[in-house]
Amino acid sequence: MTGTRDVSTASAAPAPVRPRRPHWLLTPSSWTPLQRWGVTALGLVLALGATFLLDPYRNYLLAVGTAYLCAIAGLSLLVGRTGQLSLGHAAFMAAGAYAFAFTSNALADESVPSLVHLYAPFLVAIVVAAALGAVVGIAGARLHGPYLAGLTLALVLALPALTSLMSDVFGGDAGLYVSVERRPEWLSQLIADEQWQAWVGLGAAALVLGVLAQLVRSPYAIRMQAVRDDESAARLSGIDPRATRVTMFGISAATAGLGGGVLAYVTQAASPGAYSLSFSLFLLVAVVIGGVGTLAGAVWGAVVLVLVPELTSSITEALPLPAELSQRLDGNLAIVVFGVILVVVMLVAPRGINGAVGSLVGRLRRRRP
Amino acid sequence: MSTVLLLLGAGLARGAVFALFALALVLIWRATRIANFAQGAMAVTAAYVAYLVLIGTGSFPLAVVVVLLAGAGIGVGVERGLMRYLPTASPLNAIIVAIGVVMVLTGLLGILFGADYKPISVPFSREPITVGSLAIVSPYTLFVFVVIAVVVAGIGLLFTRTSLGLAMRASAFDEEVARLNGVRVVRMRTLGWMLSSAVGGLAVLLAVPTELGLNPHSGDLLFVNAFTVAIIGGLDSPVGAVVAGLGVGVLLTIVTTLWGATVGPIAILLLLVLVLLLRPQGLFSLRKARLA
Amino acid sequence: MTQPHARATTVSAIALALAGALVLSSCSTPGAAEQPGLTDTSVKIGTHQPLTGPAAASYAPISAATAAYFDYVNDQGGINGRTIDYIVKDDGYNPATTQTVVRELVLDDDVFAILGGLGTPTHSSVLDFLNDNDVPDLFASSGSAAWNQPEKYPNTFGFQTDYVTEGMVLGQHISDEFGGKTVCLLGQDDEFGTDVQSGLEKILGADGLAEVQTYSVSNQDVSAQIVAMQAAGCEVNVLATITGFTALAIGTAAQLSYFPQWVSSSSGADYGPLAGYLGDAAPLLLEGFISDNYLPDASESDNKWIELFQDINDKYNKGAPFNGSVVYGMAMGYLFAEALLHAGKQPTRESLITAVQSGELKGSGLVPLAFSKTDHNGYVGAGITVVHDGVQASTGERWVRDGDKVVAYDKPPVELLSGGVPSN
Repeated sequence: MTGTRDVSTASAAPAPVRPRRPHWLLTPSSWTPLQRWGVTALGLVLALGATFLLDPYRNYLLAVGTAYLCAIAGLSLLVGRTGQLSLGHAAFMAAGAYAFAFTSNALADESVPSLVHLYAPFLVAIVVAAALGAVVGIAGARLHGPYLAGLTLALVLALPALTSLMSDVFGGDAGLYVSVERRPEWLSQLIADEQWQAWVGLGAAALVLGVLAQLVRSPYAIRMQAVRDDESAARLSGIDPRATRVTMFGISAATAGLGGGVLAYVTQAASPGAYSLSFSLFLLVAVVIGGVGTLAGAVWGAVVLVLVPELTSSITEALPLPAELSQRLDGNLAIVVFGVILVVVMLVAPRGINGAVGSLVGRLRRRRP
Repeated sequence: MSTVLLLLGAGLARGAVFALFALALVLIWRATRIANFAQGAMAVTAAYVAYLVLIGTGSFPLAVVVVLLAGAGIGVGVERGLMRYLPTASPLNAIIVAIGVVMVLTGLLGILFGADYKPISVPFSREPITVGSLAIVSPYTLFVFVVIAVVVAGIGLLFTRTSLGLAMRASAFDEEVARLNGVRVVRMRTLGWMLSSAVGGLAVLLAVPTELGLNPHSGDLLFVNAFTVAIIGGLDSPVGAVVAGLGVGVLLTIVTTLWGATVGPIAILLLLVLVLLLRPQGLFSLRKARLA
Repeated sequence: MTQPHARATTVSAIALALAGALVLSSCSTPGAAEQPGLTDTSVKIGTHQPLTGPAAASYAPISAATAAYFDYVNDQGGINGRTIDYIVKDDGYNPATTQTVVRELVLDDDVFAILGGLGTPTHSSVLDFLNDNDVPDLFASSGSAAWNQPEKYPNTFGFQTDYVTEGMVLGQHISDEFGGKTVCLLGQDDEFGTDVQSGLEKILGADGLAEVQTYSVSNQDVSAQIVAMQAAGCEVNVLATITGFTALAIGTAAQLSYFPQWVSSSSGADYGPLAGYLGDAAPLLLEGFISDNYLPDASESDNKWIELFQDINDKYNKGAPFNGSVVYGMAMGYLFAEALLHAGKQPTRESLITAVQSGELKGSGLVPLAFSKTDHNGYVGAGITVVHDGVQASTGERWVRDGDKVVAYDKPPVELLSGGVPSN
């Protein structure tokens, strides 16, 4: 977690001696808000174009990955910037998914313009998850470390109980079917359904990354950091630690909610089993592996989260193992690999992949004459 | 009246296991100020070792001894192998590494033993203890009560009556001062991990015969319930852990009977929120410990 | 320090884009074949099953048995000269994973059909995807009523007797044999429990159950529920429980010296695994244990189907424990083989559906199959089985559902022909 500090206090750090001023595109820390939005939009366009290279199944995986990315990015800032550990972020994704399901199903019965049917459920998903996040944030604002972790843990474990208790509303274990607005008519000749889902997911992820990128460069980021590092000092400088924590918790729950909405849109389902404790822990793993508190790290984390299970299952399928052993290996191997990566990253490279890439690039640059 | 007695018996039996496991959490918190989120997985691993001994020898008392030893060994392993090398920048690091340990252990157990439940049967008569015409508790439950009473008493004595206990408390309270007074702080920390992890293993081993059997995930729900219990009791209060454990056990049993098993986890969540809002230091803790 | 980090963000992003494109694009887009997964010599089908996670313990043996049955069929030359290539994907009983693996099967592996996708919450989540993509979704494995919606899901078919019907069959047996006794229910806290309850109440009346208790799969302590049933004076306890919890309920009650008549739904009544959970006391505790079943019981060693399945299990399944799950998996495989045979020499996804709806499939059960254009239920009734001296055997009493009641069924069960490989 030390790595996060370097990025965000960039302006305060002594400027290194540089021979030449590089192009503005290469120095994200100096971008103006407008430039940041521009780069986000550029990235989105490139990513949308890249989906033409993928077959439907990979596009589906990409869409799922973007949903993860929304949640991971928010969680990463929560853990890295205000030092609040949530083990229950899957619950906020679930809140978003169910809110999306209710809204989308209700709109499907009405004759609303298709754009409304497409966007309104996402908006509701964000709002509902943010509201739930604020409530939990208020309950947890005075707490730190293990207490908040324990509270969020209990939250995610109560989720399946809640859905089966009110199964008339939430559809029990089977969850809800989500009737969604599909791709526009004129596009259906051009792209497959899965590619369209990837587009929707990429749009949501770009929105999340764009907003959070503005947030971490805003004065508010310094407040969050002050609260994390020394609460008493922060209070003395007129910062309200509780309000700051609750706000950040709400924001990160909102992005998780949007992620849940994307997942509900892509899979056309909202069910408690999809947002289990182990999924919640996977989100945290992705945050740590990518690099806590950084947005680029969140992207790395989402990639690892999608690819590692794919890789381990193709490895176990490729190995000539007895059926029973390969059955045992299949799901468990991914869990072990995640666990090992998590521990190793924490002990060896606490700044995650993003930090490792950073120091590698730094070393290469220094070596150059 | 008879129903109340029956429910009380069932509730106390369930609560006793919560209490023991919560006690393990309290022990490690007192020794290191770490909330050990890997406690469940570590305990289940120790219980698997005991399970192997049990099917090998058929002796349940031997399995109890083995689970204590294996638990202690795993505790030392995790502390010396991982926790000691943690970057101390943030208390979150310990939790994150602990979660890594959970994933590695449950994954490995799944690969080694498979996902099926391994039943553990105990050599106690299945005849219940009756009052009038009603069965209150089985002899096995009584045995669990006795074991837990012995462990709790032992730990109480250790901390209040021995110099070792004093040294452990001192090093947890203030490392620097303890070190200046000649306490070997590092060794005390390891000892804390050993003790806690042994007690946790024992709790799982005692719980399994009343459940389906041993499974890589046997510790998940137990951990959350016990963690809630530990917070309610006050993370640094062994007495609080025991009392809150028994209380939560009875409460859960009543809730289950009245409104169905589904309500259990929700009741736990509400209870936790309530305690955190009203008395965040726990019911039995004297110090304000958990405010940032 | 600032520079490398700022640079890292950009480099990370570019590296990611490249890495992603490389990894993902290395797998080319599949061509649109005439019939996916079908060649002149083979047909590729897939399924999703819980091979890991808590549900794996009870269900993983099913797909292993299906695979063994297909190995047997393939060794006999397959169906219409085609061998069956059966791909099993693990979903850990998690609907989110189900959605991913089923898309992988359909979009990436190009399977011809999905067979026996297991679990209500898991399989429900892929109904729309499979029907939107016109993939035959045969014999979904659970007793949910959701599989029987021919108008909404024309490609989806059930397999086992639905839970409501099971409840009705058990209710009928109870009202015939235990009239006047106090009847209670311990049910899982989902559709399984509530459907069995509604089936029982159709027969026993709305107030026919004196006490209804529920359990949750995540909590393995049922003492509170058992105590409540004991206190309510329950004499006949119906169990809508999965196998582990059937054992837990009976064992917990025995520890409290409570020995009511247990009556269980087929989903949690398999003698072999139950005995495994209960240990040495099993023969004593399970004596007189009543349940329903639509397939022959694994311990009926003189039944021709069981004889064959046992044989296949020894030869192709490495002698895995022979229990109800194995029978289930093989009966599933047999039914698919039958459907494939009736789909013709050049089967299409359409002709496979037509074959199932034709009503010509006989299956291997004790009761008939319901399949028609307007009914996508599988087996429509069940027989009653009782445990006696450690053998769980059919009493011969069989019922099929007819609207809101059940009627006795007395036609002989399906005969085993041509060595268990369907042929014309």
